[in-house]
Amino acid sequence: MPTYVHMTRCDGCGECVDICPSDIMHIDKTIRRAYNIEPNMCWECYSCVKACPHNAIDVRGYADFTPLGSSVRVHRDEEKGVIAWRIIFRNGTKDFELLAPITTKPWGEGIPDLNTAEAPSDEMRNSQLLYNEPKYIRMDEGGLHTFETNKLSLKEGVYY
Amino acid sequence: MLTTNPFAELANVSELISPTTMQIYAVLMFLLVVGGTILDIVHKKSMKYFNEYTDKANAKATKQVSASDMASMRVKVLTSEVLTSSEFSNQKRRLSHLLTMYGFTLFVITSAIMIFFYGDAAGGETPSIWPLLWHLGALMLCVGGYWFWFAIRVDVAAEGKKWYDIAPRADMFILSLLGTCTFALLWSFTSGAGIFFLLFLISSLFLFGGVYWSKFAHMFFKPAAAYQKKVLEANGHNQNLPYVPDLSSAEVHEKYPDIPTYMGKNPPNMGPGIRRESANHY
Repeated sequence: MPTYVHMTRCDGCGECVDICPSDIMHIDKTIRRAYNIEPNMCWECYSCVKACPHNAIDVRGYADFTPLGSSVRVHRDEEKGVIAWRIIFRNGTKDFELLAPITTKPWGEGIPDLNTAEAPSDEMRNSQLLYNEPKYIRMDEGGLHTFETNKLSLKEGVYY
Repeated sequence: MLTTNPFAELANVSELISPTTMQIYAVLMFLLVVGGTILDIVHKKSMKYFNEYTDKANAKATKQVSASDMASMRVKVLTSEVLTSSEFSNQKRRLSHLLTMYGFTLFVITSAIMIFFYGDAAGGETPSIWPLLWHLGALMLCVGGYWFWFAIRVDVAAEGKKWYDIAPRADMFILSLLGTCTFALLWSFTSGAGIFFLLFLISSLFLFGGVYWSKFAHMFFKPAAAYQKKVLEANGHNQNLPYVPDLSSAEVHEKYPDIPTYMGKNPPNMGPGIRRESANHY
């Protein structure tokens, strides 16, 4: 759900411009308020929502769960470590809130200490796996799945 | 130089710039501000929208706000938002705004006093405090305004925009403000009614006459919006924002089982998070 800015709440401080990983939050050159220049490219990380000191940034809800004209407001509470949502339908009668954790330990904790991590061996260097990539990401211990390994074959020509 | 009334000296230079002419000009500027603001309100329908939103929000209010609370909120808006510009979370912007705002207030009030009470010799010698405050006001305006223009405005744009890239409507207010105080100082320092006085007149005409197009009227709208925001927070509407409850309550644990599962029954304070370091607009 891409974000958008309520111009009347924005004061053009540029916090969202600074934090947006996709660089799509810009300041309008005439009215000096932030706006999302390309919602299609929004990663939906809600960093701008979190960074905005005036809660000026809202979310455009997907039509499959919030019909057109609804209000989806989101509030990331850093100190409590949760993200809260409030969705109000256009008719005003459906109004519900959601709450979910975004962190389980204080910010800045749990960062791996790479200085003490073991240096990669030659075997690891030559491997196709990335450094520290868990092995279980590969679903097989052996080679790649192929037609041969799965005892399948392709027939020639067009067939249904 | 700093203690002489520049308006009183004008009368000696030309008969065209008599104290009466200056007073008429000042009244005209005041009327332009009032007229421009009213036109702005009518054109944008901002008052209509504002009242409609207030009515809609009040209908959804969950709590009653007492008259004494409303009064204390008005005082808070005055002491916090208006007098100390607390709305700015960026301290540089706040300081620049305070310098500009107080500089402008000083400049306008002392100008009015010097024009209306000490405009000609009949009013007697101008007490040196008024010209001194007038110069101080203009100087504060220059410091705050040029700081904004050369550092903060460019920074905010975050688009590699240079200081000389001018957007006429967006920059009309700040440029006419800077022009007014800069040319006022230059006119005073050169002790003449020449080119700097003419430029001062033109800038002030743009400043007070351009209210309809510029953001001059923000000084009237912003306190109203800040007050509305406070009332909506107090009456439970809170601009439709979700409410973040106390995470250690049993009710929350029952409604949102993810909270105790992943964060424990009594989640600690997670710290300032993103606010651990201040933003550095590249």
